[in-house]
Amino acid sequence: MTELHPLTILFAAVFTNNILLSNFLGMCPFVAVSGEIKTSLGMGQAVTFVLACTSVINYAVYHWILVPLELDFIRFILFILVIATFVQLVEMIIGRFFKELSTSLGIFLPLITVNCAILGVSLFMVIREYNLIQTLFYGIGSGIGWTFAIVVMAGIRQKMKFSPMPEGLKGVGITFITAGIMALAFMAFSGLIKIQ
Amino acid sequence: MMKYTKALYDQIIENNPVLKRSLGICSALAVTNLMVNAFVMSLGVIFVSALSGLTVSLIRKYTDRHIRILFQMMVIASYVILVDICLKFYVPEISKALGPYVGLIITNCIIMGRCESFAQLNPPAISFVDGIAAGLGYSAVLMVIAFFRELLGFGSLFGIHVLGDWWRNWGTMSIPAGAFFMIGILVWIATDYNMHHTGRRVVK
Repeated sequence: MTELHPLTILFAAVFTNNILLSNFLGMCPFVAVSGEIKTSLGMGQAVTFVLACTSVINYAVYHWILVPLELDFIRFILFILVIATFVQLVEMIIGRFFKELSTSLGIFLPLITVNCAILGVSLFMVIREYNLIQTLFYGIGSGIGWTFAIVVMAGIRQKMKFSPMPEGLKGVGITFITAGIMALAFMAFSGLIKIQ
Repeated sequence: MMKYTKALYDQIIENNPVLKRSLGICSALAVTNLMVNAFVMSLGVIFVSALSGLTVSLIRKYTDRHIRILFQMMVIASYVILVDICLKFYVPEISKALGPYVGLIITNCIIMGRCESFAQLNPPAISFVDGIAAGLGYSAVLMVIAFFRELLGFGSLFGIHVLGDWWRNWGTMSIPAGAFFMIGILVWIATDYNMHHTGRRVVK
């Protein structure tokens, strides 16, 4: 068991161990969606919400069902099932009860199932042996960190549309280079906290 | 035979999933700081992608259209579990270094994409080859990135020191930022190459 304070984990997940910039998780939507600030923000909110909920559910599934039964090797299947089911459920609930939220968030939800960040957080939770509270804060922190990175990236990309650059670098290429510079910038936080 | 070589060529060079469609980048970047890690990861992905292509293609007539995605996910996840168990047993240190990224093969969009767009519609043998090709295309990019990152970051290849004492390890290459720069440059080269390639074709 690690003895980290939940708030430390939250902070670390946003800044020093940003899920996107230091673990490379959730890259696919990062490249595809980060064209506009508004859409990125919507996607970020959806990811944060799903992350916070699924990490806790997966914690319960893993520690209260799989470990006692010594079936922890099938956690991959179960985690992915939990995530897919949860996303489907949220989609249905939002569509039924929150019409306006559904129009703004709806299109992002199906994409989330295949977002590696969601599964990644659950797997990290197992590897780093977090307890329930730590898991919750880690989930929320990762979501915020991801949102933060993607919104900043969207802002930069909007400006970059008007910058001259080599033809081949436009689009995906420059997004990666920018992400690299962002990752370097986030390195500046790394002296603050050290989680593995 | 022609169509098998064509399937290979298409996935590795013509339509490389990583460079052309930016799929499966998450794991491609995370495991490339050392060549050994990248190599083991590549083997895992090729194995999973080939066998899940074969399996999905074999059962394609018996799966209901509406739940096929779920089926594919189950098939992929089962093979990933196999890979995970094998790695833990035979190469525990590498398994530890790869950490969650072995499990994340499940959400690697390349495998899912090939299952959905190819194996679901084609007979088993060609699906198997297509799976290998998709895995190889991914591995090629992985190995190129890992080659440069390990060479520049640690002065070594596969853990063997190749650059002399005069080489100062370039730290940027071994941290996450280095991976972003490397893939950015690779995508740039690939896009440029494709533009010239197709450009010439148009002129012809």
